[in-house]
Amino acid sequence: MELEALAGCLSSMSCAVTQVSTGLIIGMLLFLVASGLSLIFGVLGVINFAHGSFYMIGAYFAFSAYQLTDSFTLAILSGALGVGIFGMAFERLFMSKVYGRDVLMQLLVCYAFILILDDMVKILYGAEYKLMGMPQTFALPPFQIAGGFIPSYYVFMIGISAVVGLVLWLGIAKTRFGKVVRAAAINPTMVGALGINTTLLYAFVFGVGSMLAGTAGALAAPIRTLTPGMGLSILIESFIVTVIGGMGSIVGAFIAALLIGLTRSFGSMGFPLFVDGMMFGIMALVLILKPSGLLGRPVH
Amino acid sequence: MTQAMLEVKGIDVFYGASQILFGVDLTVEKGQTMALLGRNGAGKSTTFKAIAGIAPPRRGEINLAGVTVSGRKPYRIARAGIGYVPEDRQVFPEHSIEDNLIIGTKKGPNGEDYWTIERIYEVFPILAGMRTRMAGKLSGGEQQMLTIARTLMGNPEILLLDEPSEGLAPIIVQAIGSLIKQLREMGVTILLAEQNMHFCLGIATHATVVDKGQIVYRDTIEGLRANDAIKQRYLAI
Ligand SMILES: Nc1ncnc2c1ncn2[C@@H]1O[C@H](COP(=O)(O)OP(=O)(O)OP(=O)(O)O)[C@@H](O)[C@H]1O
Ligand SMILES: [Mg+2]
Repeated sequence: MELEALAGCLSSMSCAVTQVSTGLIIGMLLFLVASGLSLIFGVLGVINFAHGSFYMIGAYFAFSAYQLTDSFTLAILSGALGVGIFGMAFERLFMSKVYGRDVLMQLLVCYAFILILDDMVKILYGAEYKLMGMPQTFALPPFQIAGGFIPSYYVFMIGISAVVGLVLWLGIAKTRFGKVVRAAAINPTMVGALGINTTLLYAFVFGVGSMLAGTAGALAAPIRTLTPGMGLSILIESFIVTVIGGMGSIVGAFIAALLIGLTRSFGSMGFPLFVDGMMFGIMALVLILKPSGLLGRPVH
Repeated sequence: MTQAMLEVKGIDVFYGASQILFGVDLTVEKGQTMALLGRNGAGKSTTFKAIAGIAPPRRGEINLAGVTVSGRKPYRIARAGIGYVPEDRQVFPEHSIEDNLIIGTKKGPNGEDYWTIERIYEVFPILAGMRTRMAGKLSGGEQQMLTIARTLMGNPEILLLDEPSEGLAPIIVQAIGSLIKQLREMGVTILLAEQNMHFCLGIATHATVVDKGQIVYRDTIEGLRANDAIKQRYLAI
């Protein structure tokens, strides 16, 4: 029955275009969050289980900044930079204390922050849903491609995310700083012996990773309902994305995020009860066929 | 009055509860190539790690051009001018030769920027021919050259080479030897840890012998060459 709907949509250009655009925005948000998670893990070797909460506070920072200033640009910037700075402080004050310790210790520290941040949001904003609303700038007629409608904000969001992803990838692959970061991921002692302050480097990388989550939260604010706990589902999906794409690989995260985004958007039409199952199924399949992920390096 | 380039004064180093170095003194003057000789397990690498700040001494101090550097973090010791090349050729395997050099790039402690990538390629022509090759794909000798070159890119005041000849074929050892001699002639101050005395006799200007974590001998390289008793007692294999 629903599968028929899916087949029908796939055979109609306009429906397919709409669903693809929905899949792309889900995928791009996931990509931003997952690439931050993956970057932090790749360089520091820790998993930031509080990453979903960083996404959440990015959204709330943007919400507040928008309420105060009425400027969407400032809203995005405060989500991105606010969470970036918050992440750096979190790394210095808490995360750095559990490096090299049991992963359970890291989980514990992060879980504490998930609870604290959720409660902070409840105290400051209340437990009920919040809506930021679509900024005036985007009150434009939707783009029309092959009969399908794409809201102008979607186009903006996909573009911004793509630019952020590209800058991140170029920064890591081509700049001296990116080369140092990749070297520090493999042999921090040697990087230190060459005169590089790895402590500062770790804090900075953690900050950039957090900033990606915050940016995603801010970009999501106009199109999602804001609630305490909104970070949980995106955290789980980000894990799925990093597992599929390969921990530490930005390009892998990009491909996997789009795959999951499209699975969600078409799946909710064709097999709404099995969307989550499908995502986990893809992950399981990748784990069986290539345990290190599509673009991850085998762990030795 | 000449001031020593590197002065190690009475350092004790421990790994956990076990003491490895006992009051080690070591002085290297500007322009010297000092060989630090000793058998397997004598404490050469530990001395280097102490100087580089990776195994900080519990007692004693280390001065570089009169400034105490012991107690600082390794990256600050490197910035002060100590160029440490560890014993197991730790190239960044997934970076190209050129990227390895780029990562090592920094100014010297007084703003020196003598070493550029082009100058490195003049001194290390082998590397020039394969700039984009992954470092992990190089032979042992090439990796050794690369680690030395990478540390030089940081314009150090003194170069610490930990067993650069280890595990290399004789012809490659010879090439490394002439490279070190060339650096010496360029005026680079070098501290060279080795088990291989014959390798050092040809390239060092001075020698210090360490045994069981203590310094047992120091002289010019000619002095060591003529001293069969010391060679017999501490360096015979
Ligand atoms: N990480 C460590 N923990 C405990 N003991 C160590 C450690 N590293 C080295 N040792 C011990 O310290 C002593 C000195 O080792 P060191 O590596 O300094 O010797 P070396 O002179 O460099 O020898 P080689 O010629 O084999 O490189 C040895 O007895 C060694 O077993
Ligand atoms: Mg050694």
